Amino acid sequence: MTAVAARGRVSTGARLVILVAFVVVFLIPVYVLLVTSFKPLTEADPGQAWNLPGTWTTEAWRVAWEKLAPGLWNSVLLAVPGSLLSCALGSMNGYVLSKWRFPGADVLFTLFLFGMFIPYQGVMIPLVQLLVGLNELTGLQGVFYGGIPGLVLAHVVYGIPICTLIFRNYYVTIPDELIEASRVDGAGMLRTYWSVVLPVSAPAIAVVVIWQFTSLWNDFLFAVFLTGPQSWPATVMLNNIAGAQATPYSQQMAAAILSSIPTMLIYVLLGRFFMRGLMAGALKG
Amino acid sequence: MRRARTWLPGLLLVAPSIVAIGVFVYGMLGWNFRLAMTDKHDEVSEGKFVGLDNFAGIWDLPRWHLSVNHAIMFTVVFVLGALVLGWFLAFLMEKGIRGEGTFRAIYLFPMAISFVATGIVWRWLMNSGMGERAVGLNRLFDAIGLPQWQWFRDPDWGMAAMALPAIWQMSGYVMALFLAGFRGVPEELREAARVDGCGEWGVYRHVVLPLLRPVTLSALIILGHISLKVFDLIVAVSGKQIITDVPAVFMWVAVFDSHDPAKGATIASYIVLSVAIFVIPYLVWSVRKERRS
Repeated sequence: MTAVAARGRVSTGARLVILVAFVVVFLIPVYVLLVTSFKPLTEADPGQAWNLPGTWTTEAWRVAWEKLAPGLWNSVLLAVPGSLLSCALGSMNGYVLSKWRFPGADVLFTLFLFGMFIPYQGVMIPLVQLLVGLNELTGLQGVFYGGIPGLVLAHVVYGIPICTLIFRNYYVTIPDELIEASRVDGAGMLRTYWSVVLPVSAPAIAVVVIWQFTSLWNDFLFAVFLTGPQSWPATVMLNNIAGAQATPYSQQMAAAILSSIPTMLIYVLLGRFFMRGLMAGALKG
Repeated sequence: MRRARTWLPGLLLVAPSIVAIGVFVYGMLGWNFRLAMTDKHDEVSEGKFVGLDNFAGIWDLPRWHLSVNHAIMFTVVFVLGALVLGWFLAFLMEKGIRGEGTFRAIYLFPMAISFVATGIVWRWLMNSGMGERAVGLNRLFDAIGLPQWQWFRDPDWGMAAMALPAIWQMSGYVMALFLAGFRGVPEELREAARVDGCGEWGVYRHVVLPLLRPVTLSALIILGHISLKVFDLIVAVSGKQIITDVPAVFMWVAVFDSHDPAKGATIASYIVLSVAIFVIPYLVWSVRKERRS
């Protein structure tokens, strides 16, 4: 064995050791979540904080589920329609901005992109006022402000930039000749979209739906400002459950896991698309 | 110049989004700024125009100074921490390693979790109880002979501790960005540098690092804008306590507890400005770069 090969092997070994050490550190919170959530109240004293449960019980899970279930349901009502609507809008915008461009499309795209980075605090007070106004205008109390439809509206609108970006960057890779050919055949914009572009859109649709579903599911800021107790999504309910002094750690942890199951499932099953969404967030085509 | 008939349908299709972004992003940013320039310090008054008085006046509040200092410390620790850790993990995996897929999946999974859930676990981990009452990391540190800490309750360094969960959550993302960056460096370039007599470190310094600059910039922008508006994590870890106050939490308190729209709008404007100052040049730069290529 040559010296170089030996050194290469040693450094590979060292790299593995460091990487595994970081895996352990990264998984500490997961250990805490799981172990604590299965502990009975009798094992809640600090001395046993890091121990495995002496007796495993799902009692905390049952209580957490009872408390969190309405929030989880609200989150479903929020995240499913919200991500589908965002996807539809993003797809149309991306198509036009890549294949059916109009004068000024680049400037417009840059203006859209800024919407991706604005801190939502900067629009929150006017947004609340607008939604309150919509409630009064339509006579529908608790629908726009204080309700899930208003929250969906906010997420769909502020999701336009990122969804447009992902679709645009994906559609740029469709050869222009395909669009031209369709045009020559006499197909208009919508027909070309329907018969040429949409059938090859599946990967981008997956990326956008997953990205939006995850952001909507995990959002806290909009929910805190725009919803009331009836329409609180899981994140707000989770924060309230955990913030109450009387809630034992076991229930807090069980509730935290429960609220994370949908997005974790998506991550495990569809990690590949999840990654692509992340990369798109970095403005990389 | 193509005729309007060709591009008009496209414009019409995008029109609803243009209107939505115009109203909800730019209109509301403007509305918020205007509100910040009035004396509407309760919910019933009309609000007279007072110019930039609120923007100057807020610096008289000790709480504002505290929240700005907190945000700065949080940002420095979080951005540097996530950047260095993410880069280091990518660096270790760059040349391929057995089980890479598993490593990546584990480092990245915290991204899929909400800041609220993250905050709940880390509040337990960073519990400031000591001695017999210690839980979380203090209990663990005690057992292995490390000192115990106040964590986020430390009056001086609390916000540095607050950055830990954020680093835990985001460094996997930075790793993924850097890994893609590393893999984007053509092997021929490295080979050419080796032929020219560069050692492995030389290759790294003169070939790889310069090519990683755009990725580093993207990561900086993303981490920076998350950091300056951080809200969920702070609320989940410590609620509205002054000791971990940041502008986003202060704004929330101004709107819901003090019922002072003008003050809330002023804080919100400052948050927007702090982000816009570096995001706008970045966006202009990246759109121009894309057009050139």
